[in-house]
Amino acid sequence: MLSYSMHLNEDEKAVLEGKKGETLQKALESVVRYGDIFEAKDLVPIDHAVHLVTSFGIPLLHPVFDMMDELIEGGLKTDRPFTVDPRPLDYENVPAGLFEKFVFSKIMYAKQKDYEAQLKKVGLKDSNAFTCACYFDEVGNTPKKGDVLAWAESSAVVYANSVLGARTNRNSGVLELLCGITGKAPRFGFLTDEGRQATWEILLETDELPEAQVLGSAIGMKVVEEVPYIRGLATFFPNGLDDEARDYLKDMGAAAASNGAVGLYHVEGLTPEAAEKGDTLLKSDRKEYRIDKTELQRVRDAYPVMWKKPDAKPKLCFIGCPHLSRHQIYRWLDRLEEAVIKAGRSRLTVPTVLTTAPDVEELIRKDGQAMARLNRLGVRLSSICPLMYMNNPLCAKKAVITCSNKLRTYTTARYFTEAQTADIAASGRIS
Amino acid sequence: MRKEFKGRTILAGNLKGEAAVTRQGFNTLASFQKDLMAKKEVVSCHDQGNQDLYGVAVTDKVLCLPTTIGSTTGGMVLQAAASLGKAPSALLFSESIDSLAAAGVVLAKVWNEKQITTVDRLGREFLEFAATGDSIEIRDDGTVIVEKKERENE
Repeated sequence: MLSYSMHLNEDEKAVLEGKKGETLQKALESVVRYGDIFEAKDLVPIDHAVHLVTSFGIPLLHPVFDMMDELIEGGLKTDRPFTVDPRPLDYENVPAGLFEKFVFSKIMYAKQKDYEAQLKKVGLKDSNAFTCACYFDEVGNTPKKGDVLAWAESSAVVYANSVLGARTNRNSGVLELLCGITGKAPRFGFLTDEGRQATWEILLETDELPEAQVLGSAIGMKVVEEVPYIRGLATFFPNGLDDEARDYLKDMGAAAASNGAVGLYHVEGLTPEAAEKGDTLLKSDRKEYRIDKTELQRVRDAYPVMWKKPDAKPKLCFIGCPHLSRHQIYRWLDRLEEAVIKAGRSRLTVPTVLTTAPDVEELIRKDGQAMARLNRLGVRLSSICPLMYMNNPLCAKKAVITCSNKLRTYTTARYFTEAQTADIAASGRIS
Repeated sequence: MRKEFKGRTILAGNLKGEAAVTRQGFNTLASFQKDLMAKKEVVSCHDQGNQDLYGVAVTDKVLCLPTTIGSTTGGMVLQAAASLGKAPSALLFSESIDSLAAAGVVLAKVWNEKQITTVDRLGREFLEFAATGDSIEIRDDGTVIVEKKERENE
């Protein structure tokens, strides 16, 4: 019998004693052991569907596939249908040579079909559930303020905590599924009021709205896994937390989560908890970080160029890591059309992929006018995970450009601002 | 020269082993992925960003680190390495263990019956003192004894 420190109710004790089956016992034992490490007081019922980070059938994760089989044999699935990160493959819309297809399908992601079948059996929402931005209205895994969650994808965790005011720790893959199976999450960290207090005060001192991806990067590198409270940003969003603000915060948060390990931030006067609690969210012994134009430039200049040939011509452009919202796709259409005119071209020079959630992709594909614009530009629309697509030795040789700081961090893709990315995609030249 | 440190036991064990030390965050996915995919018997750290451990074998070593970093798949990768017998024999954290590593050692223990002896909160001095190649003894009460490897210039 496992010895544990946290308080468990009678039902939870019965599960842990194996009275409801061996597999459920192992699932709860994992959650309890994990919670005990973080001195969790008890387990909290989860209020909303989980979101899984592991969307890819990469053979090295075979213990995960074995565990999934155990869960299925034990007849276990999540109470609520869950969503999962994007698929790593989309041959229809993302350029891939024959050799790349062989490596992706037969080696890298050889278990993809089997794994997706397993996901369905343990509670996957539907075949459109593959996106890192599960919280989009079109997808529907959108928690409310105060909901307790068990999510793992870092960009979704930081969005749920910060922009939606829900409560989730930054869980590891598999743990979030086991929380979903047991319906419980250990109470510690971001699930507590204390854990949501800010230990950094960020003072943004710029005349213009900074590039979201660079501001997030600067904050992430400075505070790492701590909680920042950002002043001076809300002034650029006079309409409050509208679509534009949410999209900005999505991209800023993803950069902060990948360039550091930020799981929650507050923006004075803008994000739900900051709007409600204000400066009381700040700890008295907080540290301070001032960000001005010079500091943002310093951060950007420090990004290494990981291309094998730094002067190579760009071969591919990814826009949408994390996935683009519907509004962002329309904004990118405008931006890319302007860039093409500016470059004196009729269409984009660099093959460019806009990535979004499958549910959003379906809506865009039904919009004949938008599709005509995409086709005129030569832009492809996909719901692939660019990060997983690039996470192999073949892509390391490719000169890929992106305006995603997360993609830059985890792959050899080269970062440019949104405006630069549009210009380079249009002209094919890095000036 | 030897020095004793005391930390918090997460998964208790009594063992001796050779240290592999990183003073920067250990990126589990970046470190393990290449050699696990290539089915190598011994995994060497392949994280190009890790100046302390790049190219150093970590299988069956006592991995001394501040925390793990990187993708939230990190816990699963650690579990996979453990299930294949290619994980470090022990993890010694100078700081509090992070959620990804915690999940990894828990999942390996519960689902694969593989134990990676784990101690955290050993303090900054521990990581400053220990070096790759040192001999390390771990006791089940969280005591860690580091014996410096004799080096030619000493």
